[in-house]
Amino acid sequence: MTLELFRIDDRLVHGQVVIGWGLPHALGFLVVVDDEIAAAPWEQELYRMGTPEGMEVRFATVDEAAAALPAYRADPRAGMLLTADITTMARLIEASPSVAAVTIGGLHHRADRVPRLRFVFLSPAEAVALRALAARGVAIAAQDVPTSAPVPLEAVLAADGTE
Amino acid sequence: MTMSDGRAAVVAGHGAFAAGMVSAVARIVGEAHGLVPVDNEEGTPDTIAAAIARALDAAGATVCFTDLPAGSCTMAARRLARARPGLVIVTGASLPVLLAYATGGDVDAAVRAGQAALVATAPAA
Repeated sequence: MTLELFRIDDRLVHGQVVIGWGLPHALGFLVVVDDEIAAAPWEQELYRMGTPEGMEVRFATVDEAAAALPAYRADPRAGMLLTADITTMARLIEASPSVAAVTIGGLHHRADRVPRLRFVFLSPAEAVALRALAARGVAIAAQDVPTSAPVPLEAVLAADGTE
Repeated sequence: MTMSDGRAAVVAGHGAFAAGMVSAVARIVGEAHGLVPVDNEEGTPDTIAAAIARALDAAGATVCFTDLPAGSCTMAARRLARARPGLVIVTGASLPVLLAYATGGDVDAAVRAGQAALVATAPAA
């Protein structure tokens, strides 16, 4: 076991993460990478209150997470790293290029975004950022829960939100 | 019953959990007794919080029942509670919890009712 899942989800820690993924993958720890939350004890407590017993939640800035990735990977427990947006995940990968795969778990409606999948809405800039990550060799797919089929990035970008 | 007699509450959860629960309460006791559902179908933290806030205001409610302790609705309600110190949030809501609250208006009694209702029956020998 190790840090095996890298997920972009604007809800960060929520039901799909702690139950949907947490149970089948026996997740022992979550890493929330977010510069603002890393400096906000109240926000951290909010997320801790929502996690089940036996699941640790860590909080890190992008720089802290990049430096700690080897330690996360050495953890004998299964883990998931979460960012709330593509920019933060891209910054992490820029600082630590060892990330091989990223899952889009949920990016929801916003004024500048267009629907791609039921749970994925993307702005033009976000689509470009995802393509840039893919061009570096990062495998990107959208998948909200483990029982759904992962949708590869090109299929996500070709979709119009009707499926 | 009016929407502001002290038993009004918001029920929020994943998918159609809230609508289903409130519908079930009405089916059993004849009316929803001021329970207002907020269903979360792929909302963002901000839109979920806004929906719960609107429902609380419309109902004159200070109680919010949610499904999962880690669910998006629970997180949104807890954020709302920062600006609404009187807001009571009950996680792990079930039909027995909501029925007890709808008919009695007592949060503690509703929680006890939910705990008491959770029973696993051993298989027959």
